[in-house]
Amino acid sequence: MYAFTYQRPTSLADAATAIQAEEAKLLGGGQTLLPTLKQRLARPTDLIDLGAIPELKGIREADGGLEIGAFTRHAEVAHSDLVKRVIPALASLAEGIGDRQVRNMGTMGGSIANADPSADYPSAVVALKATVTTDRRTIAGDDFFTGMFETALEPGEILKSVRYSRPDKAAYAKFRNPASRYAIVGVFVAKFGAEVRVAVTGAAGSVFRATAFETALAADFRAEALNGLSVEADGLNADIHASADYRAHLVTVMAKRAVEAAG
Amino acid sequence: MANPNGIGASVRRREDQRFLTGRGNYTDDFKRLNMTHAVHVRSPYAHARILGIDFTDAAAMPGVVAVLTGADMEADKVGSLPCGWQIHSKDGSPMKEPPHYPLARDRVRYVGDAVAVVIAETREQARDAAEMVVVDYEELPAVGSSTRAVAGGAPLVHDDAPDNVCYDWHLGDKAATDAAFANAAHVAKIDLVNQRLVPNAMEPRAAMGEYEQSNGEYTLTTTSQNPHVTRLLMGAFVLGIPEHKLRVVAPDVGGGFGSKIFHYGEEAVVTWAARKVGRPVKWTADRSESFLTDAHGRDHVSHAELAMDADGNFLALRVSTLANLGAYLSTFAPSIPTYLYATLLAGQYKTPAIYAEVKAVFTNTAPVDAYRGAGRPEACYLIERIVDVAAGVVGMDKTEIRRRNFVPKEAMPYQTPVALQYDTGDFAKNLDIALPLVDYPGFQQRRAESKARGKLRGIGFATYIEACGIAPSNVAGALGARAGLYECAEVRFHPTGSVTVFTGAHSHGQGHETTFAQIVAERFGIPIENVEIVHGDTNKIPFGMGTYGSRSLAVGGSALVKAMDKVERKAKKIAAHMLEAAETDIEVKEGRFTVAGTDKSLGIGDIALQAYVPHNFPLDELEPGLDEQAFYDPKNFTYPNGCHVCELEIDPDTGVTTIVSFAAVDDFGNVINPLIVEGQVHGGLVQGIGQALYENCVYDEESGQLVTGSYMDYCMPRADDVPSFTVRYHEDQPCTHNPLGVKGCGEAGTIGAAAAVINAVVDALSDYGITHMDMPATPEKVWRVIRDATPAMAAE
Repeated sequence: MYAFTYQRPTSLADAATAIQAEEAKLLGGGQTLLPTLKQRLARPTDLIDLGAIPELKGIREADGGLEIGAFTRHAEVAHSDLVKRVIPALASLAEGIGDRQVRNMGTMGGSIANADPSADYPSAVVALKATVTTDRRTIAGDDFFTGMFETALEPGEILKSVRYSRPDKAAYAKFRNPASRYAIVGVFVAKFGAEVRVAVTGAAGSVFRATAFETALAADFRAEALNGLSVEADGLNADIHASADYRAHLVTVMAKRAVEAAG
Repeated sequence: MANPNGIGASVRRREDQRFLTGRGNYTDDFKRLNMTHAVHVRSPYAHARILGIDFTDAAAMPGVVAVLTGADMEADKVGSLPCGWQIHSKDGSPMKEPPHYPLARDRVRYVGDAVAVVIAETREQARDAAEMVVVDYEELPAVGSSTRAVAGGAPLVHDDAPDNVCYDWHLGDKAATDAAFANAAHVAKIDLVNQRLVPNAMEPRAAMGEYEQSNGEYTLTTTSQNPHVTRLLMGAFVLGIPEHKLRVVAPDVGGGFGSKIFHYGEEAVVTWAARKVGRPVKWTADRSESFLTDAHGRDHVSHAELAMDADGNFLALRVSTLANLGAYLSTFAPSIPTYLYATLLAGQYKTPAIYAEVKAVFTNTAPVDAYRGAGRPEACYLIERIVDVAAGVVGMDKTEIRRRNFVPKEAMPYQTPVALQYDTGDFAKNLDIALPLVDYPGFQQRRAESKARGKLRGIGFATYIEACGIAPSNVAGALGARAGLYECAEVRFHPTGSVTVFTGAHSHGQGHETTFAQIVAERFGIPIENVEIVHGDTNKIPFGMGTYGSRSLAVGGSALVKAMDKVERKAKKIAAHMLEAAETDIEVKEGRFTVAGTDKSLGIGDIALQAYVPHNFPLDELEPGLDEQAFYDPKNFTYPNGCHVCELEIDPDTGVTTIVSFAAVDDFGNVINPLIVEGQVHGGLVQGIGQALYENCVYDEESGQLVTGSYMDYCMPRADDVPSFTVRYHEDQPCTHNPLGVKGCGEAGTIGAAAAVINAVVDALSDYGITHMDMPATPEKVWRVIRDATPAMAAE
């Protein structure tokens, strides 16, 4: 990696100041950024480590749902009794991220702010009607992801926490890339009363909602309700691991599995 | 009383203490005063002409000591990296052997080909400066695959290799094979690809060169499986350093799988540069460099046909293989798709006529050479795939067609039609042990149960035989080897009775420090703690050919036995002198020397002490000291063999394959340490399963860019991808021609597993009308087969 100045602020305010430096980068768990730096694919002047800021940590029950600090590691979400009780699907999503090493280092905020098209968390943000809080404002989960590796965050804006609504039923089903263990397709299904949300990650440039699936499931929350339904393969991601039409097929399969798992 | 740590004991690996506690001493751990760091400037193009190299800015960067290029090497008369094996084509012409310079001179021929080296005070400074080296390339059309290499009008990788052909070789009796096909009742055919693999040793390659001006001595510390071979090749052919002035040390090495057998350009660069800059120079590959520049494995495209009579007896096998050797000839590359592949095409079967043609080609990809199994997995995969196809053609059970065609135990020693003579093997016994382990009769019921759950279940068999313990020097020499293939050992008793063994074999994960010590402890009746195994240093070991081809125990262990024989003979003389008896009256058992019929005896420890304190030796008859060395050159290859059975389940909705069970029954001859053998089998199986289901090295066919250059895209098998293995071995068929009766176990798992897995995948998909699927059987590939099946099938 190239040389950079390492900073480890202990308050959000200090971090907000530090990130104003030219070409500064925020460091969460580093599971994307550090390999990028090691390969010299990025050249930040300053690296602002968010790991010592108390405001970014912790899992709380809030408005019946959950508020999770941005610097909460995947393993903490996966193993939290509170998460398991309130939104077990979220704990299970976290438990399926990467591998043990990634889960012990990677953070929820880092995953969301990075907006990797094949990351798991974006599906939960959208399906669980989340609200994203930053050091400047709150952003609706539906408006947060704006494209491949693109979010509504402004330069220097720091993701503070995410508030997830508690669904009646929910589950996340993932078809993982056997090499990287990112999602080739991940489908998060959540039922809130008469409303059903189906958020798909991995398949396209950014997380999206399968609205036809949502309508069908709102009428009949059973896997069979999705028979004959599929998303358009056109415009989906295609790489050496999965073609677009295979991904389109997997969206239906994973959606059904999520519905079954949600019970 | 039997030695608790002797032969046959599952002694825990003594080396693991240091490996598991981070106390291993790997090449990159070595630090020297004034050491500098080298970073290579590598070609981003698969094929390009070098028009110029401008390193003015790079040389002015902080910490830069030197920037060196191919022109500097040429000025210093540095030679080409030599190839250790020469193959002759069908027409008698020698293979094309274009030069392979450590730093490219006028053209680069694969992505990663080294163009220059930057030497600086720190590695990061060297990297910074390497980015500032400006190479003016004229990009040329590239050849990214073997099939493209032989397509008409393909660009030439080397101007002096027409049609990109290195050699066009054959083996076997073509006329007899053709005649058998003419009379065949049935013919099975298959087209298959044995895909390219990246070796992925845990420790990346590294090398440190040192030069001592006061005495002209060079030292190369390197990640090598065979330091003496590297010393010979680099000293004699590349840098012109005589052996007595060049020390090569291969300290702890974190896995090789073949990729560290070869002499690589970076080793020559750091050794040469150490003298140029007057300071030690160290280079350590990062993982991206490993992907790009470690010699890759496999990469065959084959067509095969098997002729049978009406009863499914094999009459003849015809094989045509296109082998990709990459951009340059790596050290043993030419031998892999020829003498380590085609000679194994008989497999365990008594097929009377075999004819194989192998065309080996150059491409703009990383060099391809031996990778765990090296030619033999390719042979096993081809045979076991076509045997399954043949079972379908004649309508026989897959185990029965194998049993019917096995070379019977009674036929041993058996001369195959492809040059080898198997010494021992009871192939039916392997199958007999395996079938109950997997409850073969119960399979159809399990398949029905899976189907009821919406899953597809398959079972796959693979039998294998490999030629290991490579091999008699005279045979290898006749086949084109430019090296001998013996091994050396020295057994040194110290005055107080402890022993140091110096072996030319090299351990990079195999556990020699334990198994070799067990052999010594057993022989001399001493505690294993009193035995130290030293390897990997040309200044300590008399000579050695290193470790590959599952040869350490069969060849190196035999050398050790020979050296122990000599020690024992000498000790007997000393005992006779000390006990005032005739040498012929001394009986020896487990290190105890007894005058026959008396209670007068001495232990080896007493004798060792006397050997170094020879106060009253008859010096004209008896030399002081107890230190003997021996060279062992085998009479034949050894022939480990076995039977693998894989059972798996496919999820038709996603195409995901899950291995349910895997059983391996092996005949490794005698087993020294069952625990280590089992570990070797486990690791080998995972590597074979990795090839069958996950791993695939992909180059873009036209641009020659490596598509799978990291673990994000190159899928390695992980612990949770494989089941608990059922591993058995039997010792009924010890090797007949080495003193330990051992055959070797290092590659077996890898050789059999891939075929067993794919046979099981094809079996699971048999309702969908396919007879073959190329590796890796990825979920999408499997899903497509199911989706593309007839609508009637899909609706069922």
